[in-house]
Amino acid sequence: MSKKTNLPAGKRALGLVRNNAVSIMFIVICAVFIPMAGFSPSYLLNEIVTRMGRNLFLVLCLLFPIMAGMGLNFAMTLGAMGAEIAVILVADWQIWGIPGMVLAMILSIPFSIFLGFICGTIQNMAKGREMITSYMINFFINGWYQMIVLYIMGSIIPIIHSSIMLPRGYGIRNTVSLLNMRQCLDDLLAIRVAGVKIPVVTFILVALFCLFIVWFRRTKLGQDMRAVGQDMEVAKAAGIDVDRTRIISVVMSTVFAGFGMVIYLQNIGNLPTYTGHAQIGMFCIAALLVGGASVERASIGNAFLGVILFHLMFIVAPGAGAFITGDSMVGEYFRVFLSYGVIAIALIMYEAKKRMVKSRTGRELAEAQTLSEKEAAQ
Amino acid sequence: MSEKKDYNYNSPSKFTDEMKTIPPVRRLTELEKAQMTPLQAMTASFGLPRMIITGFLLLLLVTAPFVGVDLPTQITNIINRFSWNAVLVLAMVPMIHAGCGLNFGLPLAIICGLLGGTLSIQLGFTGAMSFVMAVLIATPFAVLLGGGYGLLLNRIKGGEMMIATYVGFSVMSFFCMMWLLLPYSSPTMVYGLSGNGLRPTISLDGFYNQTLARLLEIDFAKIAATLHIGLGPLERIKIPTGSLIAFALLAFLMWAFLHTKTGTAMTAVGSNAAFARAAGINVDRTRMLSVIMSTWLGAMGVLMYQQGFGFIQLYNAPNNLTMPTVAAILIGGASVNKASIPNVIIGTILYQGIVTMTPTVMNSAIHMDMSEVIRIIVSNGMILYALTRKTEGVK
Amino acid sequence: MRNNVNPLLQMQNIKKDFFGNQVLTDINFTLGEGEVLGLCGENGAGKSTLMKILFGMDVIRETGGYGGDILIDGQKVEFSTPFDALEAGIGMVHQEFSLIPGFSATENILLNREPCKKNIVSEVFGERLNTLDYKEMDRRSEAAIKKMGVAIDANMVISDMPVGHKQFTEIARELSKDQLKLLILDEPTAVLTEKEAEALLDSIRGMASRGISVIFITHRLHEILAVCDKVVVMRDGFVVRDVPATETSVEDITKWMVGRDVQSATVGEARDNSGAKTILSIQNLWVDMPGETVRDVSLDVREGEILGIGGLAGQGKLGIPNGVMGLYEAGGKVVFHGVEIPLNNPRKCLDASLAFVSEDRRDVGLLLDESLEWNVAFPAMQIQEKFLKKLFGGLIKWRDEKGIHQVTQKYIDELQIKCTSSKQKAKELSGGNQQKVCLAKAFALEPKFLFVSEPTRGIDVGAKALVLEALKQFNRGSGVTVVMISSELEELRQTCDRIAIVSGGRVAGILPAAASSEEFGLLMVSQVI
Repeated sequence: MSKKTNLPAGKRALGLVRNNAVSIMFIVICAVFIPMAGFSPSYLLNEIVTRMGRNLFLVLCLLFPIMAGMGLNFAMTLGAMGAEIAVILVADWQIWGIPGMVLAMILSIPFSIFLGFICGTIQNMAKGREMITSYMINFFINGWYQMIVLYIMGSIIPIIHSSIMLPRGYGIRNTVSLLNMRQCLDDLLAIRVAGVKIPVVTFILVALFCLFIVWFRRTKLGQDMRAVGQDMEVAKAAGIDVDRTRIISVVMSTVFAGFGMVIYLQNIGNLPTYTGHAQIGMFCIAALLVGGASVERASIGNAFLGVILFHLMFIVAPGAGAFITGDSMVGEYFRVFLSYGVIAIALIMYEAKKRMVKSRTGRELAEAQTLSEKEAAQ
Repeated sequence: MSEKKDYNYNSPSKFTDEMKTIPPVRRLTELEKAQMTPLQAMTASFGLPRMIITGFLLLLLVTAPFVGVDLPTQITNIINRFSWNAVLVLAMVPMIHAGCGLNFGLPLAIICGLLGGTLSIQLGFTGAMSFVMAVLIATPFAVLLGGGYGLLLNRIKGGEMMIATYVGFSVMSFFCMMWLLLPYSSPTMVYGLSGNGLRPTISLDGFYNQTLARLLEIDFAKIAATLHIGLGPLERIKIPTGSLIAFALLAFLMWAFLHTKTGTAMTAVGSNAAFARAAGINVDRTRMLSVIMSTWLGAMGVLMYQQGFGFIQLYNAPNNLTMPTVAAILIGGASVNKASIPNVIIGTILYQGIVTMTPTVMNSAIHMDMSEVIRIIVSNGMILYALTRKTEGVK
Repeated sequence: MRNNVNPLLQMQNIKKDFFGNQVLTDINFTLGEGEVLGLCGENGAGKSTLMKILFGMDVIRETGGYGGDILIDGQKVEFSTPFDALEAGIGMVHQEFSLIPGFSATENILLNREPCKKNIVSEVFGERLNTLDYKEMDRRSEAAIKKMGVAIDANMVISDMPVGHKQFTEIARELSKDQLKLLILDEPTAVLTEKEAEALLDSIRGMASRGISVIFITHRLHEILAVCDKVVVMRDGFVVRDVPATETSVEDITKWMVGRDVQSATVGEARDNSGAKTILSIQNLWVDMPGETVRDVSLDVREGEILGIGGLAGQGKLGIPNGVMGLYEAGGKVVFHGVEIPLNNPRKCLDASLAFVSEDRRDVGLLLDESLEWNVAFPAMQIQEKFLKKLFGGLIKWRDEKGIHQVTQKYIDELQIKCTSSKQKAKELSGGNQQKVCLAKAFALEPKFLFVSEPTRGIDVGAKALVLEALKQFNRGSGVTVVMISSELEELRQTCDRIAIVSGGRVAGILPAAASSEEFGLLMVSQVI
């Protein structure tokens, strides 16, 4: 087997480009779009910092199932739904500010564990098709979520304040205002550097989460998860409870996604009850992939780079679209197209790579034969 | 030197020799079958979710008259919706047969249909002619896009469903831009103010609205009027004969295709691709053909849907048809790699039956319209169920 | 305190059958502390099954357990899982690697037995959140590698390692278990280079001197003589010899492995076709079939004969038909009737009237979910347009259900396939009947040349005889040249005219069916890799 270091520099650079094709493509897109959109640097920086605070926590949640070899967890939305239910209840009880957030996070835990457990169990029943299954679970649970929020809240689960209820007497309004919770975390100890507001506490939370992930990789459970992720059969033969480990990874992802969703909502300042979670999973996954992650490998660095690049594109695309075509809607659609496209490309590369390894051995055999023939001839 | 590891998966190594004698799938013995109660036996062959859905629809039909819902109108509705959707559901069949899984990439096929429809109107065709032209224009798009899609799916065997989903989304969002940018100019379709960019919803009045449905339509009210007799509630029944005939024709062609040499090869590819390859079948080409067929049928399906519904819906609308269509064929008894024409018919009737009946019956009964939620849970639950089933024979 | 009177391991009257198919009969042997036992026998002799019983593998329990007693230190034991066996001090290095590719050697050696440190979180949430003690891990893996005596890089990631080092990593893993008393090595040298194999033998000697007993399974007989204290030879589920290694030789062992008495073996009515012209000529064939790699095979098949291809498993005999028929990537030249057949294209072979019955019935041979009719008629329909009705002047090729039914019924009768009807699904048949369906499928093609791979694998005795008879009939009656690949030498000798033995991915030699067992045996192990 050849050593990687022996490769010539040109080949290595090519490999680097190929492995990070998506990130590089996004850097180019951003570089082209930024001047077109014509935003001031400080505006862009401000937006990026805000969006990092809003999204990073959510994107990082995706790392656990990837570690356990379950691919991109399209069902992280379950955590978001759990958090939304918790936030609705907290909003109804009128517990605002930081205490409200903390309570919402705590409340979301049982929902997330429950949903994560269901999700993990179903995914274990569909090994080899985890991703499409998690994708479908997301829709399935969304049905139950709507049933709870639209019919059960207010009729069975008591809702005190009619301000968040639909006029008909049960069910939650399309938008729940979280004005009293809005940016309470972001504003806490926030500092301004050259006109850019930095939400210090939010970033500290993200940093703590990153530390947790780094630490977690070094725990027994983290080690088991990585083992299960690489080869389930071997892990099982070594006595690791594969199914349980996989469920735990999904549960962890879901629980942290719940926390992330609370952070996200406090930044936005209102809760779009029926659409809030719908796109979360997709955008987080796209962001992670833009950062250079693949279906089986992702790091904290990928998450950071991905959030920056993806959201930069997101901010400038409508402006650039308007600049090119005179219609800002085109830019809107273009960014959606890129989000979907990135996921499609990442999935295609993942599947195509699986099949590439095969033909190599054949070549080696043919070479070995010609070699031995030469030797015989000499 | 090849690694020993490979023994495990695809080589008939001696390590697995003895295990091979053990049937990997436990089969129900005759004795066990005999011991089952009829109900259990039925559940085993029919599948529990399917039983529940059928039972639910029957319950709706039975309770309907008691809560004051007009059954004949409902039945007309079900027949109508069946005629809109059946061809779309039929489009699932070829890809399932060739082992490409459930076609979550349906938006791609729908785009072809949309191109056909909008271009036909743009070119100035009206009435029934616009439908014929829509079919003709959609066909080359379906062949081209379907071919490309098939090429892609052949490179990623095993991961079809997830990738199909996102390819469908990508193409759909790409065409969202296109609907704005392409130089459409027909005043019935573009935004009134700016004069460019297609509207999200385009009315088909004057074009192919109800073209097929009106053909040979059986309207009991008219029959009653001409015969001067009262048919009572039956007068509210209308049958869109033309649409049903069109579906029957396509379904027959599909059935016939599956009985030809190529159709047989397609089924074999889906049943066991390694077998088919060993028997000299070009697996990739067969799969490609199935994808093109699926895409074309999907394009036809959406045109049928539009002529029944009366509107062309653009932008993100194609996405809304995917899940219901996939769910319908699964409810009809198909699995991830087996589907038949009866599956299509039963599935569409059951699914559309529930979609039509739930809102009215529930509204009348408990004054709470939970139909949308029930639809979401039923259709996605059904797909989940199918995904968690172990498919026998193939991996 | 160990009672030194009893040997470490005693096997007493071990019996095992798979669904009435007796694979082990009255196995008895003992193994003392620090002894090395060489276990040899042909494929299917029962070595692997015996080791699976000893190691408590699930498959044994799932198929109805075993008879007889296993005693360790004089105590009767019964392992229900491999973990029980590990607990009792038995370690096993399997033929398949059981390593996590992205982990370092150290991480693999201590997989799921990592030393951990407690922390605040783990106090609350349980042990699995203990942090790994990397220093201690390094120390332990270092110790294990030292114990093994072969230097490997503990920090190297498995996927970057040469194959031999992977093998040593596995051995080090077993050695890192403190309770290890008995180590089973199942063909450990198969993937090693000459030098590495030497190192392994040294390492085995080292283990033995530390008091660890070793059961060493290999096809390289000189290795057994070099390192073992005693040799146990198995054949057809019996122990045929149990002798000290000093009192035997490679020739003896070979004879015991393959040899039923030459006189009693029913060599079939082999014919001498030396005058016939060559119908199929294989030249410098290589095939990339995982686990059955063909390296450089040249072979001529004469018209009208039945040629057998034998050899030990993993030596490449199965790769030959699979490569020629285009199922696995191959290179070289294949000439049939003077015309070169392109490789890697199954269709071209079938068009040239070659047919193949695959050894892999479930995955390649059958459409399990379809009816027998489909299974039998499908290739003939697709390749030769049989069983099709041409409508509209050949525009539409309609399936001729009646014709399909008739041909299936014909073969059901001829081959005595037991089924409820020709519409029954293939997966509902027994192994033997499935095999007959596979044959019927090939016969329906009416080929000029037939490859049959492992035709009797996993089927009962009655069906076996019938299948072999049908093949002979097909050859004699229709004048079809047959190449039959089988792991069972006896069966080849009964059926074939000549037998080629494949070893190390090459043809080691071709002998007439009447040649003695020893000759075949020596060829089999001649170039083993």
